[in-house]
Amino acid sequence: MTGISKSFPGVRALDNVSLEVRAGECLALVGENGAGKSTLMKIVSGVYPADAGTIEIDGQQVHPRSPSHAQSLGVSIIYQEFNLFPNLTVEENIFIGREPNRAGFVRWRTLRTDALAFLSRLGVNLDPRAKVRDLSVAQQQMVEIAKALSLDARVVIMDEPTSALTEMEAAALFRIIRGLKEAGLGVIFIGHRLEEIMAICDRVTVLRDGQNAGELSIEEATPDRIVQMMVGRPVDELYAESTEGTAGEIVLSARGLRRSGSAADASAVVLEDIDLDLRAGEILGVAGLVGSGRTELARAIFGADPIDGGEILLDGTPVRIGGPKDAIRLGIALVPEDRKLQALVLPLSVRENISLPNLSRMSRFGFVRRQDERRLVDRFIEALRIRTPSQTQRVVNLSGGNQQKVVLAKWLAREPRVLIVDEPTRGIDIGAKAEVHTLLRELADSGVAVMMISSELPEVLRMSDRIVVMRQGRITGELSRSEATQERVMELATGLHGERVA
Amino acid sequence: MVSDAAGARARDASGQGFSTADLVGRTAPLLFLLVLIAVLAWLEPGFRTERNLFNVLRQVSVIGIMAVGMTFVILTAGIDLSVGSILAFCGMMAAVVARGSRSLLEGSDPGGIQVLWAALAAMAVGLVLGLFQGALVGYLKIPAFVVTLGGLGAWRGATLLLSEGQPISTFSDDFKWWGQGFIGKVPVPVIVFLLFVIVAFIILRYSQYGRWIYALGGNEEAARLSGLNTNLLITSVYGISGFCAGVAGFLLTARLNSAEQVAGQGDELQVIAAVVIGGTSLFGGEGGVIGTFIGAMLIGVLNNGLVMLKVSPYWQPIVVGAVVVLSVFIDQFAKRRRRRV
Repeated sequence: MTGISKSFPGVRALDNVSLEVRAGECLALVGENGAGKSTLMKIVSGVYPADAGTIEIDGQQVHPRSPSHAQSLGVSIIYQEFNLFPNLTVEENIFIGREPNRAGFVRWRTLRTDALAFLSRLGVNLDPRAKVRDLSVAQQQMVEIAKALSLDARVVIMDEPTSALTEMEAAALFRIIRGLKEAGLGVIFIGHRLEEIMAICDRVTVLRDGQNAGELSIEEATPDRIVQMMVGRPVDELYAESTEGTAGEIVLSARGLRRSGSAADASAVVLEDIDLDLRAGEILGVAGLVGSGRTELARAIFGADPIDGGEILLDGTPVRIGGPKDAIRLGIALVPEDRKLQALVLPLSVRENISLPNLSRMSRFGFVRRQDERRLVDRFIEALRIRTPSQTQRVVNLSGGNQQKVVLAKWLAREPRVLIVDEPTRGIDIGAKAEVHTLLRELADSGVAVMMISSELPEVLRMSDRIVVMRQGRITGELSRSEATQERVMELATGLHGERVA
Repeated sequence: MVSDAAGARARDASGQGFSTADLVGRTAPLLFLLVLIAVLAWLEPGFRTERNLFNVLRQVSVIGIMAVGMTFVILTAGIDLSVGSILAFCGMMAAVVARGSRSLLEGSDPGGIQVLWAALAAMAVGLVLGLFQGALVGYLKIPAFVVTLGGLGAWRGATLLLSEGQPISTFSDDFKWWGQGFIGKVPVPVIVFLLFVIVAFIILRYSQYGRWIYALGGNEEAARLSGLNTNLLITSVYGISGFCAGVAGFLLTARLNSAEQVAGQGDELQVIAAVVIGGTSLFGGEGGVIGTFIGAMLIGVLNNGLVMLKVSPYWQPIVVGAVVVLSVFIDQFAKRRRRRV
């Protein structure tokens, strides 16, 4: 791929990015969240068209039009979320849409022998008749790889393939990747865990802010150099400065918070041994890679998900939070990660969304006092400068930044003591972002305890008075404002730090 | 921010152009109803009479009362298939209570208080059955379709058990008054129906509870994270639906002067049709009870008009079916136009 560019409305996602992968090698593609890795891979696999640039396979210029077209060109991609049919069997999944058939009737025997052939080429021992739903995540991944092989893939792209695997399973995956390399395939490995990249890949390409940030052979590569390439960007001057030393009393504490089990794997650790203090008047930044447990921590404190152990204290007294209702009553508010899915009722108006958690205060005998409601909503539309033609505008028609302000408004109207914001500026434009930052700072200055989760390191560094870093469901470190640098945070987030100590 | 403001302006401007489609989409059922009434009045003098108008209303009131309850359910993106069977069971329950009280049978002293007992029995049983189903949906997370499909069979069977297979007929005048009587010129069931529409309208439009229902239907997760007790709310709407079916059962028994095992059979589909024609989205969060009233009237007028025009009764379900599909199509068409901004 050479000179690939791609813009989305308002964002230049990729700017003149080039990348090459050779037969029989494994290329690592690394970069922070939002650096453009996913967009690049979606272009090569035919999900989006490129605005500019060319893609060549074996020297032939190609224009992947759709995922299936890209597959026929020899590019297969394995996403973190698998594209499998859980209700069908392994063999049916491998050949879905391409079943060997005679006059429309599936030739089951051929299907089975072919499926077995691909599975054994991978050296995996899987029953082709097993239903995918009953397989482990690692086994499902094998099915995806077998499917790619059956499509005669020349290049296999794996998007964070180890994120849901145990160490044993990851080792097995690496054996398979080596096998693919020996068979002359090119593998693109997208990952965050540098130790894995050092173990399996031959070259590293680093993306940063949608541009090539450098390329290293694995011999030249050291984790430090990779991290530096990933984060080495001028820090955006828009972020509001934090003011250290204004933090007051501890408002909220978590002690030994624990939660296990996920939809995919009941034994997975979601949160383990979380101790945390949040003070009045501070912004506590929570950093970590996607899937490190940041969001889960926020949801656990807010009572959105049940916890398996540990306790939460408010003003030093243990409190029982059985659900969001309890948390809200105690003065805790959560601005969730996904505003459209979790925070807003899209078909309803700005007014109805803002007043939703505030209705009880504005009602008499169960009926909403419309005048009080209108006044409250007006106050917040003005205070937060929400750009909407009227209170009755449906929130679905607002821009991302204004939608986020509606979410903030509905909680600020409750005057919370603890405000947890999860990715508060995701997908909103730069102007709105600065406004949200200023607002969060003002809230902290007025004595609210703010906990801010963000995948954007510069945001965390500029906004936070204190930063905790999470990795694999645990807090791996806490940094004061003066200690915190991008490198330090990345080290704690990728686990490199721990390894070096050991 | 500049782009934000410009975007808002652009949306505003284009919003003007789309308001026609929007208006048509919103008022299509009402326009259709008015056109239908005008055409029928012109074609058939018998349709124009006051008596016929109240006749239509009376026929529609049983379905309509249940449709009011169903509106709450569908606003939460749920469904209640059991209303016809709950109606039969509650109608039978009212009859059993009336028979037990003796005085309500033909020829005995009419006693107002016993009518009250019969009505209360029907309403309470409907409410309890509805809440039971609601708890299965809300707390045990069994799909509403499945729970109420089970209810559709079970309560019908319970009706047969309760009545030992025989209809219970002939009640006192006091009892029959609720189904056959008039206040002024207006039939009693019609008054009850209108009362239900008005109360439901006020609840949905002006009460906290109403807001909660819309929020729950629009986005259950956001509602939960906003501190609403979503499980209890889900349970409650099925309670309302059951209660309405109970009232409808009592009125139907009184109107027919008989509690039948087959009462309300198949009504669930007409009830859902009325709500859907009225513009309430099966995906929840959008719609209201005024639309349901219009939808119910549309079905009633259609049926009545077809009879008056001496069209074969076999055509009625075909026409109603076509109207359901057409009205949803118009509604979605208008919404798509609105959202293409």
